[in-house]
Amino acid sequence: MSNKVLMKGNEALAEAAIRNGCLHFFGYPITPQTELAEYMAKRMPKVGGLCLQAESEVAAINMVLGAAATGTRAMTSSSSPGVSLKSEGISYMVGCDLPCLICNVQRGGPGLGGIQPSQQDYYQATKANGHGDLHLYVLAPASVQEMVNLVGRAFDVADTYRTPAMILADGALGQMMEPVDFDAALSEKREIPEKTWATNGTGMKRKRNVINSLYMNPDDLEQSIIDRFERYKKIEENETLWEELYTEDADIVIVSYGITSRICKSAIEMARAEGIKVGLIRPITVWPYPKAAIAKAAETAKQFLVVELNMGQMVDDVKVACECRRPVSFFGRTGGVLPTADDILAEIKKLNGGL
Amino acid sequence: MLAKTPFIPDKPILIVCGHFGSGKTCVSVALALALKKSGKNVTLVDLDIVNPYFRAADAAELMKANGINCINPEFANTNVDIPSLGAEIHSVFVNAERDPDSVTILDVGGDSGAAALGRYRQMIERAGYNMLFVASKYRPLTDTASAALENLREIEYYSRLRCTHVVNNSNIGDETTQTYVENALDFGRELSELSGLPEAFTSVVKADFCPALAEKYPDKSFFFIDNTTRKLF
Repeated sequence: MSNKVLMKGNEALAEAAIRNGCLHFFGYPITPQTELAEYMAKRMPKVGGLCLQAESEVAAINMVLGAAATGTRAMTSSSSPGVSLKSEGISYMVGCDLPCLICNVQRGGPGLGGIQPSQQDYYQATKANGHGDLHLYVLAPASVQEMVNLVGRAFDVADTYRTPAMILADGALGQMMEPVDFDAALSEKREIPEKTWATNGTGMKRKRNVINSLYMNPDDLEQSIIDRFERYKKIEENETLWEELYTEDADIVIVSYGITSRICKSAIEMARAEGIKVGLIRPITVWPYPKAAIAKAAETAKQFLVVELNMGQMVDDVKVACECRRPVSFFGRTGGVLPTADDILAEIKKLNGGL
Repeated sequence: MLAKTPFIPDKPILIVCGHFGSGKTCVSVALALALKKSGKNVTLVDLDIVNPYFRAADAAELMKANGINCINPEFANTNVDIPSLGAEIHSVFVNAERDPDSVTILDVGGDSGAAALGRYRQMIERAGYNMLFVASKYRPLTDTASAALENLREIEYYSRLRCTHVVNNSNIGDETTQTYVENALDFGRELSELSGLPEAFTSVVKADFCPALAEKYPDKSFFFIDNTTRKLF
């Protein structure tokens, strides 16, 4: 018998982080993410780690910056409005080349929005989480087990390429309970380069390390950005993840990530039962974007349908990836409302009739 | 589909508490249906002020169809998390005095969410209550009897009330097998011994292996509870 436990997505993220060596968590409560911080508060003292509720999201991300500078695995989590507040600190961490993990358990926006699940932070996570030339490594899990599997990967990629990584979840994933197996998730281990840059004491044996995002000379700043983009290129080459379902013979390829992709899978099975050839590309990393998978599907598919819990933020990424060779349409609900599999099936039928 | 009630409360107020995610709401809903079937006038109160999504209010239609009165927080399942409990809740304490056949189930929020009970403590004590502590071995923070007992004491501290029974609700959701239930029987027994409280029943989330369990463990009381919070995915 496998060794499964029943966990909320938020708790599972916290436990997975601890099991992957994260000993420093700094957060601030916000629905629907709060159980993550609560779990950390209960577990961290028992494993010799630190969970600190900061006075604000801004303080929390800057504590992560400080902790990460010492070379330790550090993490923060929040939900949409809180992640906006963290944006400045995230940009500073990129400028300092510091690894960390940020979890965004998305809720409805803009503004205070609402507490129900949403995917309205796609642009923010993939295009502009902070100022400056930057990317984050962004993973969009679709189940509690996948959240657990991807936390280790997020930390590993963050450490390997010296970049902040983000788990882009949503309220439904954060709150739902599913069986998880932690032992299965820890099987994949990779070599992490030694953190020779960390400000963890010279021991009188080396020159002091300086962690900083300010460059006095524009040429130096430019070079640091060029170097960082070389690393982004490697991330694109080596760390892009996606899942495909029935793409070989699909006329319509749905592109959907996270919780929404699960509703799409139900709709696809229903459509297939009626003889409509529908497939799915599920980006697991939303940055880097699985462009190659979309381009390949565009060779055989007649059209794409993007399904998200927002107003169509991923549509342009699909258009760029397929170089607009195929029509790309959109279906989604927003503001905390979820579509049903029947809603998506109806959309598939509409498109199928239009061919 | 629903089993006969495994637990007949001897007091008009029946509190269901436990660690969050332990299955309080599923147990509450199943008990409401079973007690209604046994002839009680049942009211189900969603007293959860901490859980934003999955809650007793989700089962409102099912309750209504079965003639069970529901009282939900004013903003349950809306887009805000304002934990406001309506004045209507007071009616259950009036009913408790007037109607000897009434049972009111209070489905309480997890852990410190039990603080909501404190506001009604005097009325609950005056009316008389049973308080079921629901625990699951497959929830990491209550995975041993001693950890679960710690959680039980925390809830008593927040609610200022005393648990009277324990419920063993060890499951892993849809993937639960008979082995998972059997492997957790010791957990329920140990929790009962450590706390000094009787085991009300062992709940089982799948109906198909309930009869086999009942035959194999004749001294145990098994109770099938349906997963009422299952959603779209």
